[in-house]
This record gives sequence, C-alpha cells and structure tokens, in this order.
Amino acid sequence: MGSAAGTHFTNVGILVRFILRRDRVRIPIWILSLVGISIAVALAFPGLYPPGPERDILAETMKNPAMTSMLGPGYGLDNYHIGAAMAHQMLLFTAVAVAIMNILLAIRHTRSDEEAGRIEVIRSLPVGKLANSGATFFVLVMVNLALALVMGVGLRVLGLEGMDMAGSLLYGAVLGVTGIFFAAVTIFIAQLTETSRGALGFSFTFMGLSYLLRAVGDLSSEALSLVSPLGLILRTEVYVNDHWWPILVMLAASVILIMFAFRLNTIRDLEAGFVAAKPGPSKASRFLLSPLGLALRLQKTTIISWVVGMFVLGVSYGSVYGDIDAFFQTSDLFELLLPGTEGFSLTDQFTATLLAVMAMIGMIPVLLTVLKLKSEEQAHRTEHVLARAVSRREILGSYISIALLLAIVMQVVSVLGLWSAATAVMDEPFNLSLTLKGGLSYVPVMWIMVGLAALLIGLAPRLTGLIWICLAYTFFIIYFGGLLQVPEWLGKLTPFGYVPDVPLEKMGFPLTLALILVAFILTGLGLKGYEKRDIYG
Amino acid sequence: MAILRVNQVTKKFGHFTALDGIDMEVQHGEVYGFIGPNGAGKTTTIRILLGILQATSGTAQIFGKDAWNDAVEIHKQIAYVPGDVNLWSNLTGGEVIDLFVKLRGTNAKNRREELIQRFDLDPSKKCGTYSKGNRQKVALIAAFASDADLYILDEPTSGLDPLMEQVFQECIGEVKEAGKSVLLSSHILSEVEKLCDRVSIIRQGKIIESGTLQELRHLTRTRVKVDTAKPVANLDQVEGIHNLKTLDRGVVFHVDTDKIGSVIKYVSDYGILALESTPPTLEDLFIHHYRDKGGGR
Repeated sequence: MGSAAGTHFTNVGILVRFILRRDRVRIPIWILSLVGISIAVALAFPGLYPPGPERDILAETMKNPAMTSMLGPGYGLDNYHIGAAMAHQMLLFTAVAVAIMNILLAIRHTRSDEEAGRIEVIRSLPVGKLANSGATFFVLVMVNLALALVMGVGLRVLGLEGMDMAGSLLYGAVLGVTGIFFAAVTIFIAQLTETSRGALGFSFTFMGLSYLLRAVGDLSSEALSLVSPLGLILRTEVYVNDHWWPILVMLAASVILIMFAFRLNTIRDLEAGFVAAKPGPSKASRFLLSPLGLALRLQKTTIISWVVGMFVLGVSYGSVYGDIDAFFQTSDLFELLLPGTEGFSLTDQFTATLLAVMAMIGMIPVLLTVLKLKSEEQAHRTEHVLARAVSRREILGSYISIALLLAIVMQVVSVLGLWSAATAVMDEPFNLSLTLKGGLSYVPVMWIMVGLAALLIGLAPRLTGLIWICLAYTFFIIYFGGLLQVPEWLGKLTPFGYVPDVPLEKMGFPLTLALILVAFILTGLGLKGYEKRDIYG
Repeated sequence: MAILRVNQVTKKFGHFTALDGIDMEVQHGEVYGFIGPNGAGKTTTIRILLGILQATSGTAQIFGKDAWNDAVEIHKQIAYVPGDVNLWSNLTGGEVIDLFVKLRGTNAKNRREELIQRFDLDPSKKCGTYSKGNRQKVALIAAFASDADLYILDEPTSGLDPLMEQVFQECIGEVKEAGKSVLLSSHILSEVEKLCDRVSIIRQGKIIESGTLQELRHLTRTRVKVDTAKPVANLDQVEGIHNLKTLDRGVVFHVDTDKIGSVIKYVSDYGILALESTPPTLEDLFIHHYRDKGGGR
C-alpha cells in the first residue's frame, strides 16, 4: 500500500488549475460580494452609533435575549464602539454566508461531478484517487485564505473606530476558518451520500443545527455554544478581546475532518456512498401514477425534512420567549426606549420579527419545489413525461400546486413550533390564533415569489437563479433594512415589503386579495411561457 | 397513408441552423430508418416531432395533427424511447415502467411482465443502480408494453448487449406484424438494414437521401471481382469503373450501380471464369455519403 498511497494525489495540480478555470467568475463574485456587503455595512455604522449616551442605550438593548439568540452574545457592550458593533451584528451572518459558499462550491466539485459521471472520466486518466477531493479542498482553502486577507485588510483601511489591524485580521481569519471548516465538513459528507442532493441536504442541516445549537447555548449554556462551530468562532470576541484560540481549534477540527474524508474516499467505490441503495417495490403504487404524484414522490424526503426543520426552528425561537419576558421585566430602560405599540407588548414586536424571518426561511423549500422542474429538465427527464399524454400546463402546474400548498404548510408548522415552545416557557398565554393569522399573512407574498419562479421557468429558464438573489435581497432588507435605515422604496422592491407588521398590524382584505391576484397573474404568465418555449430535455 | 409527415422543417438555435428544410414521410405500417452522424439533427427532428421543440418554420404532423399544438392528443398513440435515458435514481425500474405506461393513457394492454422477462430486467432495483443498457431496457419495456400506433425510437439499442438487441429486433418485428409504424433513428447500420423498409440519411441538418434500401443502392457502387480467360483490355477506360485493382487471378473494381449491365457485357467478351458481385451495404452508402460526397466534415 505504501506506493499506492503515494500516488493518491497524482496530478492534483492540474485539477486545481482546472477547478480555478471552471470557477474563474464564480469565486471572485462570492469574495467580492461578501467583502463588499461587509464594508458597506461597516461604513453605515458610524452614522448609526455616534459616540455618546445614545450609543450606550442602544448597547443596552443589545443585551436583549432575542438579539443574543439571533446575533450571538454581545461583547464590549459597555464600550460599544464601531468595531464591537460590527463583530456583534455582522460576523455571525457573514460566517453563515461563507459557510453556504463553501458548501455549494465543495459539492459542485465533488458529489455533483461524481454523480454526473464526470469524475469517472477524470479517474480513467493517470490521476490519483484523492486528486479531485484534494484539489477541491486545496482550492477552497486558498479561496478562504484570500477572503480572510481581503476582508481583514478591507476592514482595516476603512479606519473606523475600534477597528484596528489585529482585530480586522482576526475578523477575516474567523470567516476564513469557518469557510475551511465547512469545506471539510461538506467534503466529508459528500463521501457518505450517493447523491449531490443528499450531500447538500445534510450539509445545510449541519449548518442549521450549528446555528440553533449556538442560539440555545448563547442563552443558557456556554458549553453548548462551544460545541457548535458557529458558536465557537464568536468566542474570538473580535475587536474587543481578540482571542485567537478558537481559530486554532477550528483549524485542527478541519484537518481531522478532511483526513477522515480522504480516508473514506480511498476505501469507497467510485459513485458509491456508505448508504447502500435498497431494492424497492417492483410495481408502482397508484399514488405515483400521475405528474402530480411523481412530482410529490421525487420531493417527498426534501419536503418532510423541511417540515420537521421548520418546526424545530419554531420551537427554538419559541424557547427564547421565557428569557425575553424576564429581560423586559428587569430592564426599565428598554421599556422607555421601545414603548410598545398601543395594546401590544414587546413580546409581540419580537413575534413580528420572528414571523418575517421564518417566512423567509420557509420560502427556501417552497422555491426549491418549483425549481425542481428546472433540474428535471436539465437532467433530460421532463421529456419522458412530455413525450407521453401529459400537457405542459399539467406538469408545471403540478410543481406550482405543491409549492403553493407547501407555503401554507411551512407557515402553519413554524407558528405551531413557536407556540408549543412559547406556551411552555411563558407566564402569560401565547395568542395562537393571532400569531397563526400573522404567519398566514405572509402566504400571499410567498405565492408571489412562487409566481416569479414560475415566470422565470416559463420565460427565462436560464435565469432562475435570479429568484435566489431576490430572496437574498429580502433577507438583507428585513435584517439590515432597519439597521441601515434604507429608504422605504428599497424595501418595496421585494414582495415581502408589502406585508404589514403582523401581528402588530392587521393585513387588510383588499391588500390580501391584490397580492393573491398578482401571484396568480405571474403564475399564469409563467404557465403561458412554459407552453410556448422549447424544452431542452 | 402517411402517418408522419415532416414538411420543410427548419430549426434554428440562435444563429445555428440545426435543421435546414427537412422533409420526411413515414407510411402506415412501415419501419422507417433515420440515419446520420452525431450532431446531424436526428434528435432535434425527433424532439420537434414530439412537440418538445418548436420548429422555426415548416410543419411536422403525426396522424394528420400538428406536432406542437396537438402534442398531448398525439402522444396518446405514440411510444417514445430517448437515446439518452436518464431516470430518477430513487425510483425503481418497475415504478418507472408503470408510470410511463400510465402517463400515456389507459389504452395499454399490459404486456409488462412478459417484456420484463424477455428483456431480463430486475424491476425492483433503483434506477440509480442501473447501467445504461438497463435504463434503456426500462424505456423499451415501457414503450413496447403500450399499445401505440407509432413508435419513435432514438438510438434505442446503443447500450444493449447482442442478446438484448435480438429481443429488440423481435419486438420491432411483432410491432410491424401488428400493422404499427416505427421511426427508428440509429447508428447501427446492420440493424437498420435488417429492420427498415425505407431510410432517410441526414447530414448537417439536411436530408441528403431517402428511399428504400434498393433505391439507395442504385446511388452507389457494387464491388465486382471477376476472373477472365483473356486479360480484359482497357478496363480502366470503361465508363463507371473505379478503384480498379489487378489480382493474381483476375481483377477487382467498383462499378456505379447503374452502369453494371454495360460493364458486365464488356467484360463477358473476354470469357468470364468466375464472377463475384457484392451489393453495397448500408455502411458503404453511409461512408459514400459522408466521405465521398464529403465537404464540410
């Protein structure tokens, strides 16, 4: 085995160049947008947090457990300078974005290529067993190092208060190691599953769990947060105490993970995973035998996992209510600062934010359901269905109906999760029907997003990625819109901007009707387009 | 009666002309061969016939109905096997066969079990574990299990082993016997030669020849090997003779098929001792059209 092991990485250099060639646009776009957004937000902070008593009051509000659950623990709140604010409010989200980048890039070059049979071609050449995984990891390490450096230097040159060289470099380093860690995790997971969808699902689940574990840990138990990679990295206390040890722990963990991944890669068969495919029924159940049945069956696992995931998310957010209650009772200052809207408590305001956030997260599986049709087309599988007595309206209609229904299911499930945990931890009763109504108020705009996705599939199938940009923009506006005080019209660019602040405000019937009408017009146009265009397979 | 009629169909993808005024007619009850090199436009033509792509100009009709507008109606009576069969990796072969038969409509008389046995397929395996040949079997079983009037098959045997190819040819025979029509696009010329009544050859988006094999053979040359008592004088001067070679005994040459009579007459004056003539195979036709008429490729 000695000589065989020595050839595991043969020609890895050529593959590294090949990956860089394939991603010569993708990688710079990721790095530049991550750095660009960070710098834009950093530049906005001095206006938002002018030195003085006002800043101290704002810092006080940051002790709110709701804030902690979303952003992580605030460090240096007694001297909340721009650096401290930046690290507190931006670092975790940017780290999540970096994790997403690494998951997507890692799967693209490992399991996706393998599933498509492209690795087979590569492996038939004089190339080592680990050359592809090795090259992928090497490229991602370089990408993350570049990101860390550009980010660190970029933040430093802004010359903002509290953002010194050491802190800025640490800020970049946190993002860099987070990226490297998630690249290693993803390459590890890519060894286990046979499909890229499976690998993607597991990787994102891992990321989601890390986030939730940290949220719970930050409120109740430091140990839990330290176990979560996304919790651990915040213990660097960037711009405040600048601890470097979490960086070292993350690096060590990454090395161990990638070694395991490489080991698994060398002992498994090409295109196999470690979960063997079991034989299934030799006859189809009646349920499968229609375009709708097929569409449902293909996405069964994805849908069920998301339903469970949304419930868990609701429960985790709901468990925060107890801390909020206690916090509001002890903090008179907060009461002064944010007088509740007439007749509504501060808890309700927190609920409003949560509903918006959960609706956006619930949007992801809904869009995945519609866009599944596009990946079916790319895999030349719609032609099987269309070559039989099935109309185009029927096939796209099936996917859209599932998505429309799933939007409602997602909202109900997340509110139920929220309610079940909140009633358990709160002294006052949690108003289920009001919250449910609030959650369902988002359904019409979710349908508009479905309509937009349908429109893209019908008219511009190559541009379906735009819908994710639209959702990312929505995230940005809802999270940072208030913080950055963006003009109102920017908020109105996304359908979500039209939903009132439920449950504080009520969504009127005319507005609901108008939004639903828009959704149906968009869907109708999408169906029309799909009936008229060429299908590519 | 023409069951399938393609009239002056042109298909452009941006500036690229994939099909340039294609004409084709498949008669009721015939097996029609559609041959051409990779990228010539076979699959594009078939996709237009299926109403998956829309012709830039011209008309494509099946059963007298428009391939694009009446796709669903037409598809109730056709069975299709794509060249590259991609299936859902988490469904079993049996499930996919049932789905395909069901989606066509309900007029199928179920020959499922018999075909699964003949094609030797394990229907309880997930499609993700099937080889290319097995995926093709799934599509073929679904096609032949349905009682269609027209079978459109796009290189259906490229992954099958010789035994399974035999089964496939039997199936085509049965379908033909039952008076159905078949459009068979293929690379395997011996298969086309064995199965097809008429053939079209497509090249760079244009149909360059079509007709029965017999008609097409007239367009090319027959190989003749002849041994004569006296050496044949000035054979290379005779019209229609090509590639003349002298052997130890006699000569061998290619002759234009329409000149074969006059050439034999000329040679017979020299006292024929042995004569061997090989009709052109489809392969010769194919190479003749792609290499000899060459140009462009």
